Amino acid sequence: MTAEAVELAPLDLVFAALLLILNGALSIWLRLGITRSLFIAAIRMVAQLLLIGLVLKYLFAVQSPWLTLGVVLVMVCFAGYEIMNRQDRKLTGWWSYGIGVSTMTFAALTVTLLALSTQIRPDPWYDPRYAVPLLGMMLGNAMTGISLGLNNLLNTVSRERWAVEAQIALGETRDVAMKPFIRRALKTALMPTINSMAATGVVSLPGMMTGQILAGADPIQAVKYQLLVMFLIGGATGIGSVTAIYGVVWRITDPRHRLRLDRISESTGAA
Amino acid sequence: MLTIEGLSARLVQVGALELAAGDCVCVMGASGSGKSLLLRAVADLDPSDGRVALDGQDRGDMSGPEWRRRVIYVGPESGWWADRVGAHFRYPEALTGLLLRLGFSQDCMNWPVSRLSTGERQRLAIVRAMDRGPRVLLMDEPTGALDQESTARVEGIAHDFLQDGGIILMATHEKDQVARIATRLMHMSDGRLTPTGPPESTPA
Repeated sequence: MTAEAVELAPLDLVFAALLLILNGALSIWLRLGITRSLFIAAIRMVAQLLLIGLVLKYLFAVQSPWLTLGVVLVMVCFAGYEIMNRQDRKLTGWWSYGIGVSTMTFAALTVTLLALSTQIRPDPWYDPRYAVPLLGMMLGNAMTGISLGLNNLLNTVSRERWAVEAQIALGETRDVAMKPFIRRALKTALMPTINSMAATGVVSLPGMMTGQILAGADPIQAVKYQLLVMFLIGGATGIGSVTAIYGVVWRITDPRHRLRLDRISESTGAA
Repeated sequence: MLTIEGLSARLVQVGALELAAGDCVCVMGASGSGKSLLLRAVADLDPSDGRVALDGQDRGDMSGPEWRRRVIYVGPESGWWADRVGAHFRYPEALTGLLLRLGFSQDCMNWPVSRLSTGERQRLAIVRAMDRGPRVLLMDEPTGALDQESTARVEGIAHDFLQDGGIILMATHEKDQVARIATRLMHMSDGRLTPTGPPESTPA
């Protein structure tokens, strides 16, 4: 059962956008100082979504594996940049970017390929109609998990360096000394996924499912897709966060089990 | 015997230094001269080049943790990784005597770390190091936050450790302490060590 979707006219979107303008007016009135960032974010969203809409339309029409790969690479690069941007402290050199991008790509690609080859099975397997949105969701969630986890790990290890070093100075291995910090970072990385799984369907209807239903899909079909996506997101975020956090632990310690804070740059104070 | 030959770490250079069983070498020098960096390099907490050996066994031939179980660094800032004091000790029941000598009862093992004063933390950090049974103690300003009585207690423990064949390399600013405990005094300036003779001849 697929109902006909209600076609949206540009004017409908303009009316919806008025809500944001109302937010902006409130911000000016209450002197919240977020007007500028609110409008920049809104303009970025409109431009980015329109652009990706055009790209996807073209991509679906030509069905080229190389073009699909090109879009995937661009998405990965942007996500890596976002991971870097969300860190108060980074690893020196290109290590933060390297570990962030490689683990996120590994997790998102593995899970997307698994879904494409075993559950969704489109023809051709790289059909961009399935591959790109799926990968986008995996990348987005793995990116959030990894950036939260790494931010927590690097901040707490820097702040509590004496607690780590006290154990190392008493002859403990890096695994033992770093264990509580790894555990805390993993918890932080996975918390949004766990929260959204627990609240979904009761507190909130997920955006993807809502979008499908609004676009005319059968609710049960939409729920099935949402479940699949939630499981995949859980997998991608878990794999990405674990590999990224262990990768960073490997980098901020060395084979002699020393804590190498010289490999972490100073805090930039960024959010 | 702790042997240091051609040790080179960030801002620190040491030609040759040997500490026999029962030796307590005190290192004095201005703040920032490299005393702590020297101790950290010997403990293998910071990367360094050169040869450091204990009783003829090179530290390069063993893992970092193995070395640090024998050669323990007690820093000026003691780190605590669990909420309760007792969780930081391996054999708390065997430490009753040591705890009493430093002014604690066995009950302190149940205290939350957050209630410890700076001086209590410093004294308990020494007990914690002794709990691991080290052969060498690298003590960085071990009595910096202590009153006279507590300083005397810590020195008494250090003295017994030396009597039992232990080795101490200590960074300190206290000349009186050097006179009381050191078997040798060295001076550190710009990361270089120079002997200044027996501790008694320390210029005032």
